[in-house]
Amino acid sequence: MIQKLKKYQFLFEELVKRDFKKKYKRTVLGMAWSVLSPLLSLLVMRLVFTQFFGRSTPHYTTYLFCGNLVFAYFNESATQGMSSLMGNAGIFSKVNVPKYLFLFSKNVQTFINFGLTLGVFFVFCILDHITFTWKFVLLLYPICCLVLFNIGIGLILSALFVFFRDIQYLWSVFIQLLMYLSAIFYTIDSYPPMIKNMFLLNPVYLFIRYFRKIVIDATIPSIWFHLLMLADVVIVLGIGCFIYRKYNTKFLYYV
Amino acid sequence: MSILELHGVSIRYITGDFKDIGLKEYVIRKLKRDYHVREFWADKDVSFQLEKGDMLGIIGANGAGKSTLLKAISGIMEPTKGWVRREGNIAALLELGSGFDGELTVKENAYLRGAMLGYTRKFMDDTYDRIIEFAELQEFQDRPFKQLSSGMKSRLAFSIASLVQPDILILDEVLSVGDGAFRKKSEEKMKEIIGSGATTILVSHSLAQVRAMCNKVLWLDKGEQVAFGEKGRLCDLYQDFMDKKITAAQAKEAWEKSGLA
Repeated sequence: MIQKLKKYQFLFEELVKRDFKKKYKRTVLGMAWSVLSPLLSLLVMRLVFTQFFGRSTPHYTTYLFCGNLVFAYFNESATQGMSSLMGNAGIFSKVNVPKYLFLFSKNVQTFINFGLTLGVFFVFCILDHITFTWKFVLLLYPICCLVLFNIGIGLILSALFVFFRDIQYLWSVFIQLLMYLSAIFYTIDSYPPMIKNMFLLNPVYLFIRYFRKIVIDATIPSIWFHLLMLADVVIVLGIGCFIYRKYNTKFLYYV
Repeated sequence: MSILELHGVSIRYITGDFKDIGLKEYVIRKLKRDYHVREFWADKDVSFQLEKGDMLGIIGANGAGKSTLLKAISGIMEPTKGWVRREGNIAALLELGSGFDGELTVKENAYLRGAMLGYTRKFMDDTYDRIIEFAELQEFQDRPFKQLSSGMKSRLAFSIASLVQPDILILDEVLSVGDGAFRKKSEEKMKEIIGSGATTILVSHSLAQVRAMCNKVLWLDKGEQVAFGEKGRLCDLYQDFMDKKITAAQAKEAWEKSGLA
């Protein structure tokens, strides 16, 4: 495995470089844009929803930002990851390279965007008078999980996209639904316990909630919460790896 | 010890309705039982082995299964039956223009292609100047790749692939591109590579080229192996076949009788 990593390190670096250049080459704002766009949607949400939810929710800006931060990263990774395999059909049908590299390369890019936005997030925390505690270190756990979760989703979607091109339309509908179900701009406090528990079935909500618990409430989620998150990651990543392994030499027929 | 060995390699290829149909169409066709996947054997029972320094020419009409076989050799496809054994690293150049990115510059593409072929960064840093010089693209280094003519593109592809020292080099219709001067240069380069002991596989539609460059020939017809062996007599048979004097089956018979098989 390590030998393989070493062998493909150069290719991976070149792929990452290529994706970066292609994405930012022709925009004046370049990378700044990818930080600006979640900020803009934050601004819009802040303006629109403060009237409805902002009064009863403490640190509403931070509350919103937690949701936006996680959801934007997830959305970007999934949507860009989906086309990563198909977009490189010209390469993998002619040269024998590990196909997951194309997805990983996209994920490096979205992760960097996430990192930059995270930096802005902490600045906003200061502005919102959030007290920084040692518990912030625990944020590494949901971040690691989210990275792996996004890779898993990317593996699944990119493979499905090769088989069924219309998956992108279904996905854009689904992602819209998921956004409303992830409690990004509202709180679930007024729902009965039964419904509250149903929210836990949404992995994206788990990540958002973890962030809010640590940053706003300064409490550590239960061990079960951690395990649930881990289970989601393992399942999604497992399915993704399985599909790639099974169809490794069959993608070729579909491009 | 042979450097490349194929034993009874058969590859089943599938084509049919599944391409470019969406999920909805897939479900409807499944329900209407109107979903057809056609299977056919792109290659049937191909066996041969190559020694170090061999140059194999694969000949055959369109659809003979040449490209599919190369995909199995380079590991892009798995044989449905049989096996492929390779010693050492393979540099495969299947269809030249592909795998390049029109938006990137020539230099960036050269590095990307080098990476795909399994070279290291250090190797590319060291050989980049020679690659560009050989491809005669010095003035175009920082131009976007899409501005290049198709001849220039294949020149670059060839230069990158040939300046490594792979153990096995696979070239699919590579030498039929470029202008006369470059073709001559690339043939010389090929001879140099063969001379250095690399094993090379060349797919070509030009029998003259195969005669000039290769020492061994594999003839495929509709996926079947007609003949494999030293070039001389085999090329004559293929010439007769192309002149419609004999059929593939007759050629196969004649080849087996000749005692060279």
